Amino acid sequence: MGMTIIEKILASRSGQAKVSPGDVVVVDVDCQVLEDMSFFHFGRTGPRDILKVWDPSKVVVIYDHDVPAPSARTAAIQDAGREFIKEFAITRFHDIGRHGICHAVVADHAYALPGTVLVCGDSHTCSAGAFNCAARGVSGPDTLYAITTGKTWFRVGETIRYDLDGRLPAGVSMKDVFLHIAGTYGDHATQNVEFGGSGLPWLGMNARRTLTTMGAELSAEFATFEADDVLLDYIKERNPEPFEAQDPDPDATYRARRTIQLADIEPLVALPDAVIDNSVPVGQVAGVPIQQAYIGSCANGTLDDLKVAAEVVSGRQVAPGVRLIVTPATQLIYRQAIKAGYVEKLVDAGAVVTNATCGACYGGHMGVLGPGETCITASTRNFKGRMGDPTAQIYMASPATVAASALAGVIAHPGEFFRGDV
Amino acid sequence: MIAGRVWKFGDNINTDLMLPGSLLHAPEEEQMKSVFSSHRPGWLAAMRKGDIIIGGRNYGMGSARPAARSLRNIGIACLVADSINGLFFRSAVNFGFVTLECPGVSSAFSEGDTAEISLEDFTVSNKITGTILKALIIPEQLLNLMCGGGIFPLLEAEGLVTPVRPVRAKEA
Ligand code: SF4
Repeated sequence: MGMTIIEKILASRSGQAKVSPGDVVVVDVDCQVLEDMSFFHFGRTGPRDILKVWDPSKVVVIYDHDVPAPSARTAAIQDAGREFIKEFAITRFHDIGRHGICHAVVADHAYALPGTVLVCGDSHTCSAGAFNCAARGVSGPDTLYAITTGKTWFRVGETIRYDLDGRLPAGVSMKDVFLHIAGTYGDHATQNVEFGGSGLPWLGMNARRTLTTMGAELSAEFATFEADDVLLDYIKERNPEPFEAQDPDPDATYRARRTIQLADIEPLVALPDAVIDNSVPVGQVAGVPIQQAYIGSCANGTLDDLKVAAEVVSGRQVAPGVRLIVTPATQLIYRQAIKAGYVEKLVDAGAVVTNATCGACYGGHMGVLGPGETCITASTRNFKGRMGDPTAQIYMASPATVAASALAGVIAHPGEFFRGDV
Repeated sequence: MIAGRVWKFGDNINTDLMLPGSLLHAPEEEQMKSVFSSHRPGWLAAMRKGDIIIGGRNYGMGSARPAARSLRNIGIACLVADSINGLFFRSAVNFGFVTLECPGVSSAFSEGDTAEISLEDFTVSNKITGTILKALIIPEQLLNLMCGGGIFPLLEAEGLVTPVRPVRAKEA
């Protein structure tokens, strides 16, 4: 029997002809991403030092969680990182000013290449699966192992194949597709997800990345897209390194094969505290008052997301009593959004456009929720306490639904506001 | 053989519930004082060293934060769940916290039962009802790390990282 995309990448990077579910494989790491939180685990501000870096040219360091530093402690951590970069002569470093949410910076520069292995401590590293890359979060200790030895291990799980067919209706996004999958099929713990289908030509890299990033919320081991011209053209413009993409074998073995008709997807909302088995049509919660609306994160801080938000709020005003906070995922996206006029439309409507950071997404800074507040977010997580006080209620939806809700002051269907022509 | 009193937790228990984001930069001694503090107030005072957690599906979903280390630090002897998030499982291996996947385990135990777990034949037994379940086998390399104190002793032995330096009073 043949192999799925992820099985083929893991086989090739572990030097084996074939791998199967149940195997544990040791693979060569092609790209190792460190974010500022890494220096909480090692370096001058961590409990220990790294004595060796396997290959500095394979390392990328990106500051994202706490930028610019909101405290003396995080400032010290970032300074320790700068020392580390000098010591080991790491050249790919995205310090403040060239920073952004690490998974989005990886996408900006196509650091993730098809058929390769990319690891980072952070859980949403699966984002780079949109690049036909075996990418996953490995947490702090395995970051140390990978950076010092050039290797890491993976358990090979079974794969669920999703065929995305047709085209999404206007005002509906891949976040809604994610909410549909999480609400219909539940978690995918110990399993991989693979995406392909006839709808791919209409799905840009930003849309694909929303879905693979949210693979972490399905608890998928890996979330991987097929390589097509959209992807190959995107990489060609950004990264000249050679690579070999992996297609699934025609006789690959899947645990299940599911087709999603994109035209049938409607705007959905995840109710507070969980995204698994927790999605409802917007209409079911329409009218729930909110105090904060957030658009950002590694899943929904892309230029396309900012465009949709700008289109919805253009010429209108955010409702009194609501804070609309918009965070471009990277400094590059921020600059592009300024040039395209999105930032002006958002700010004119009363939104706050912050610098590129993880900030509000993890309840760190710039948009932390207070006791009893209600927020609708287009980010990655709505766990209890995720964005601040544990008594806050966090609904999750697409950028269009969040922007529409910010205007209405209550959870609202984007169809009421979405014009798609601005 | 590991034996202990059972605490039941449900499906989709996420890492933020075990290690709140507000303590991400706190020392581990602080982090361990907030395990399940908002999810289940009072539990931390009621649990004892050597107790066992039985979870449902998708245990440990969420972020890469070292939630497994906090469970180890408060003295949980073992976690068994119907299924486990892959990143949480890695953390369990790396921080030396014994964690097993055992489909059906959550319906085989009630809170307060006594569980007995064998890492030789990967069985999970309910000493009250007599039910015996088969957990998924953990490959030897990973089991050795999990039961041998995690990945740090290995990294130190190979000269790749320094041992933990003593905590400076000012930083704590
Ligand atoms: S944006 Fe949110 S989910 Fe993404 S890496 Fe940052 S904290 Fe994690």
